[in-house]
Amino acid sequence: MSLKIVVLAKQVPDTRNVGKDAMKADGTINRAALPAIFNPEDLNALEQALRLKDTHPGSTITLLTMGPGRAAEIIREGLYRGADNGYLLTDRAFAGADTLATSYALATAIRKIKDFDLIIGGRQAIDGDTAQVGPQVAEKLGLPQITYAEEIKSCENGVITILRHVDGGVETVQGKLPLVITVNGSASPCRPRNAKYVQKYKHAKTVTEKQQGNLDYEELYSKHDYLNLQEWSVADVNGDLEQCGLSGSPTKVKAVQNIVFQAKESKTLTATDRDVEDLIIELLDNHTIG
Amino acid sequence: MANFYTDTPELKHHLNHPLMKRIVELKERNYRDKEEYDYAPVDFEDAMDSYDKVLEIVGELAGDTIAENAKQVDIDGPSVANGRVTYAPGTQVNLEACRKAGLMGMAMARRFGGLNFPVVPYIMAADIVSRADAGFENLWGLQDCAETIYEFGNEEQKMRLISEVCKGATMSMDLTEPDAGSDLQSVMLKAHQDADGTWRLNGVKRFITNGDSDIHLVLARSEEGTHDGRGLSMFLYDKRDGGVNVRRIENKMGIKGSPTCELVYKNAKAELCGERRLGLIKYVMALMNGARLGIAAQSVGLEQAAYVEALAYAKDRRQFAKAIIEFPAVYEILSNMKAKLEASRSLLYATARYVDIYKVFDDISKERTLTADERKEQRKYSKLADSFTPLSKAIGSEFANQAAYDAIQIHGGSGFMKDYACERIYRDSRITSIYEGTTQLQTVAAIRYVTTGSYLSSIKEFEATPTAPGLEGLKNRLKEMAVKYEKAVTKITDLKDQEMLDFTARRMVEMAAYIIMGHLLLQDATTDNELYVTTANVFVRYAETEVNKHYLFVDRLNKDDLAFYRK
Repeated sequence: MSLKIVVLAKQVPDTRNVGKDAMKADGTINRAALPAIFNPEDLNALEQALRLKDTHPGSTITLLTMGPGRAAEIIREGLYRGADNGYLLTDRAFAGADTLATSYALATAIRKIKDFDLIIGGRQAIDGDTAQVGPQVAEKLGLPQITYAEEIKSCENGVITILRHVDGGVETVQGKLPLVITVNGSASPCRPRNAKYVQKYKHAKTVTEKQQGNLDYEELYSKHDYLNLQEWSVADVNGDLEQCGLSGSPTKVKAVQNIVFQAKESKTLTATDRDVEDLIIELLDNHTIG
Repeated sequence: MANFYTDTPELKHHLNHPLMKRIVELKERNYRDKEEYDYAPVDFEDAMDSYDKVLEIVGELAGDTIAENAKQVDIDGPSVANGRVTYAPGTQVNLEACRKAGLMGMAMARRFGGLNFPVVPYIMAADIVSRADAGFENLWGLQDCAETIYEFGNEEQKMRLISEVCKGATMSMDLTEPDAGSDLQSVMLKAHQDADGTWRLNGVKRFITNGDSDIHLVLARSEEGTHDGRGLSMFLYDKRDGGVNVRRIENKMGIKGSPTCELVYKNAKAELCGERRLGLIKYVMALMNGARLGIAAQSVGLEQAAYVEALAYAKDRRQFAKAIIEFPAVYEILSNMKAKLEASRSLLYATARYVDIYKVFDDISKERTLTADERKEQRKYSKLADSFTPLSKAIGSEFANQAAYDAIQIHGGSGFMKDYACERIYRDSRITSIYEGTTQLQTVAAIRYVTTGSYLSSIKEFEATPTAPGLEGLKNRLKEMAVKYEKAVTKITDLKDQEMLDFTARRMVEMAAYIIMGHLLLQDATTDNELYVTTANVFVRYAETEVNKHYLFVDRLNKDDLAFYRK
């Protein structure tokens, strides 16, 4: 049985290698100092989708991402690994969205895609760490959800079997299609980009990117439709402007504090069992370890 | 998060060599594949961009996956049970990643599922992978054997087997036997035909890299009663047919992730590849030239690995209140390592370019008759490829050993411990100057280009090639070296004494190699001064002392002196 899979992916600043200029003075992220990357757990999600495609020939993977024009890179990165197509939700009206407005926008886009069996996304994005978008999308679409997935074990006769991470172990759960899955970072890493797909899709561009110039290969776009990446605006997905972007976001950031850890006091420990034990107890108490 | 391609700007420099324009246009036959294959380039820039992007994948895979697994693979190694080999877990991960990335069958034509890459970017991938794990490069690099099927197999074999390789099937070349190492004419593995014409193989092979591969090229004696190379033919064995078992795997000093197998053939079904009797004299010779270029790339990758380790340690390690890299004794070693690395790399890619052009003409000549000009061009590059390949293999592998030695020296006592990568690099490097023809055999292959004047005419051509202002001093020093080289060669060839020639061969071959590498670096510094000017300065100084040393020895040598050396 072939499957129609939608993968939710986000372009995020690489917060894993944060330097001292990662934040601006006003507490917002200095995006220029951080490279934009494919959200790591969304790559884990993409890998689970690709494995389903491997075992279910004829399946298709559609990437859905929301962001500024340059987030088209996320779609290309997906195509390079074996996805079939993608949509970039991009509109000034989408800007400033919190998780509620984001999931609203994604849900409307998924309704427009219409024909799908599975929606898979990463557990959370490294810029916000909320883990809310996947579950909210499921709620808005009225679909069941399985979160914290480690591995999709099988998908037969409309029933999916998933190994799911829980506190202190894993559990195996089943769900009926269609449904939403969010995948953990501890799941299998995503496969590398494929040499043939990279060569096939490297010229793929959105309308906006084409307008920005560098159209050395213009004739290719009329010849190969797969090189034309789709952009959707609020109007394209019949979105309600009130529920999009900043106006659809009840979350208001009051202030952001820049916390700098400082060593206020130093301690000298000897290499005795007693000192080591004391240190362990102290670290357990302040939740540094354990 | 390391990328072994993008962090080494010299690679892109070699990829962008002006001769690539000619190579790519020939290789892509005027970009005719673009109508049929969605991943084929539409023009030269597009093709170059594709090589660059694919090498970025290779660099990422090498830096993030293969290099990360290298230490554990070295410890785990492969195992053998019931005649079958199991790779180390890390090796399995590496192989699967290479398959998923579509890096198998890189140089094969698109109709088989390959990427149709020229030799230059393919060899560059080998260079990059070797830096991450030289042992793994062997497994991945054996895809090269598909070239032999392509050149000499029939259409049905090509379609069936090369397509498998492009999908990820592994390969091996089963040549060596207990009594046939450097002397392959003594191969005994017996091939006979059943009544229905099916070929069967019986006997033993030894030291077979990746001997439990999916598809084997096997050199066997098909002509009963013969004892030399003319009785040997090339066969193809598909593991799925059964009949070949692994009796043991060797416990090696280095490249431990790569299984080296002893194979027992029991009536194994095989098929003839090409014509009978041409197995050694034609096919293995072609195979070996490709394999030698592969080892040259492996050597350069190892040099890069050794240099990176040594440099990082020298910057980090503090003694007498400063980083040890600040001591002249240490920075001289590092500068020479870097200069030799880039010199052998420039030689490697020059060789790869020559191989590219003559091979692609070989291929075109199967489709149509070459014009007189094309034949002339092919002859020129074929000769250059033949003369440069043994130099590249010999020099690269010797430099790799020297770099590994130096890397440990920089690490001091720590380098002697198992804690640092340099000890693995040291062990992995050691084989490069031995397999696919020892350095001594490379000298045998190269000496004819000394005596016939091929190297000298290459040198003269370099001397006549313009270089950027500021490099005249170095160029003059290279010219002086060439005069000494010529003198040494004239002295020996005038003697018309085989033993004197054999005895001095290594020195004369090395002199030629040093001068050629010096010129190549001047060319590199001409196109990219910033990247190469220091390297060229250091290398020419190094080469000068080496050339003078050899010159002095040859100049003072008398026939009678040989008595001191004979054992």
